[in-house]
Amino acid sequence: MLIEQLINGITLGSIYAIVALGFTLVFGVLGIINMAHGEIFMVGAFIGVLTTSVLGWPLWLAFLASIVVTSLLGYLLEIFSLRPLRGKKGVSHLAPLISTIGVSIFLENLSHHMFGAGNKPFRTAFAEIRFEIGSITIYLVQITIFVISVILMVGLSVWLSKTKAGKALRATAENLETASILGVDTKKIITLTVIIASGMGGIAGILVGMAFNSVSPQMGLSMGLKGLAIIILGGMGNVKGAMVGGLILGLSETLLVAYGDSGYRDAIAFIMIILILLIRPQGIFGSKTAEGR
Amino acid sequence: MLKLTNIETYYGQIQALKGIHLEVEEGKIVTLLGANGAGKSTTMRTIAGLIKPKRGTVEFLGQNVTGMRPHQLLRKGISLVPEGRAILSTMTVLENLEMGAYHRKDHDVKKDIQNVMKRFPILEERQSQLAGTLSGGQQQMLAIARALLAKPKLLLLDEPSMGLAPLIVAEIFNIIKEIKEDGTTVLLVEQNAKQALKIADYGYVMETGKIIIEGPADDLLKDERIVEAYLGKKKTTV
Repeated sequence: MLIEQLINGITLGSIYAIVALGFTLVFGVLGIINMAHGEIFMVGAFIGVLTTSVLGWPLWLAFLASIVVTSLLGYLLEIFSLRPLRGKKGVSHLAPLISTIGVSIFLENLSHHMFGAGNKPFRTAFAEIRFEIGSITIYLVQITIFVISVILMVGLSVWLSKTKAGKALRATAENLETASILGVDTKKIITLTVIIASGMGGIAGILVGMAFNSVSPQMGLSMGLKGLAIIILGGMGNVKGAMVGGLILGLSETLLVAYGDSGYRDAIAFIMIILILLIRPQGIFGSKTAEGR
Repeated sequence: MLKLTNIETYYGQIQALKGIHLEVEEGKIVTLLGANGAGKSTTMRTIAGLIKPKRGTVEFLGQNVTGMRPHQLLRKGISLVPEGRAILSTMTVLENLEMGAYHRKDHDVKKDIQNVMKRFPILEERQSQLAGTLSGGQQQMLAIARALLAKPKLLLLDEPSMGLAPLIVAEIFNIIKEIKEDGTTVLLVEQNAKQALKIADYGYVMETGKIIIEGPADDLLKDERIVEAYLGKKKTTV
């Protein structure tokens, strides 16, 4: 029983981690919380429903479609709601944050119109396939989610630490001006970051659809807030923090539901914020010095 | 090589540069002196493309480069070591050096990094350490080494001696001389006027956004106005 719950927790936690990675990447480079990230995630989930249930596409193609659409959304978000506000005189540094809130409202209502307000089922061909090892039941969906998450996290870490573009992203995140005098086209890197973050949101959307078998236009908000809680827990802008924070939240939610009061499930994330801000305000992996922006 | 004509730069409503004329000849060290707030750093930032001038032109190697963005200017051959060094403190020393060669596509990068590390042994020793853990002097060496890896034609050094111990300052000035000997042109901003003029070929003195004195470095070292304002009033030493 405990092992099953741990597997559930890790599955959920790895999805949270991917959502939080999208937040943390954008925060690192732009210094703002992308409030539209949750809604981009939701759109990714709907693309999954649309392509698999309605159009009958295979799952891998659904993933591809979702990544393409959400990446495109990320690009549009950067072009229309972030870039025009950047580096302009007299624009508050909170303006891009507010602008992303606008985008999130727009996307949520757009999907209300297009798909209706209710929950949509997300059926995958192998949703019922499961393995029983002794008394433990593992679903193939869980393994798929876990494997995809691990690939994404390892891939992103390697990309950030080994490739030229990844290093340029980290340099831009630490100091935009320094990166630019080292020859980094920071405009390009920012756009790339928002696109990658959004694409990861899209993947997370499909994974959540698979895990919970249902998708709704409101799912973006709660996931967005949890993602925010995770990056505060792990340390703002910290990639490792997002991964560990996601797993911690996923595990504690699952264990609470199994052994405690399931009514408090959504409260855990926020209790964590309160505790971490009291004990270690910079987050688990955050550095003590304040960001120099 | 570099020519600024009538450059005027603003921070919002405040005019920081009021018509700067400045020239840097190839193969020389040119120094830009002046008190705090005179506009030295603004001049450097304007040349590097971090701020766009409102009026005037910047020419580099006979080409008008006014208003180009920093990464474009780096590709043309202008590399800036900004005031305060601007080390990437969350990246390792080696990664900082690699970022120095970011825009290069040739295959000598690895070899050049090896050479730079030979020149600055402390960087080789600490290559896998986070750059933020280096001392001030080591960070300055790293900043200069990183800028050199871009293979610039013109190196802009903004107050490289700031906040460093006298021994390290002497070392930094030696390095600047070596850079010149290797054929890289240097434009050097300094508070440390005497030492700067000793290694420089030509000098400019700025005051409140304007250039008030210019001339060959040897002449400036003897110029009474400079001796009085920047080199200390003891005339017995000159």
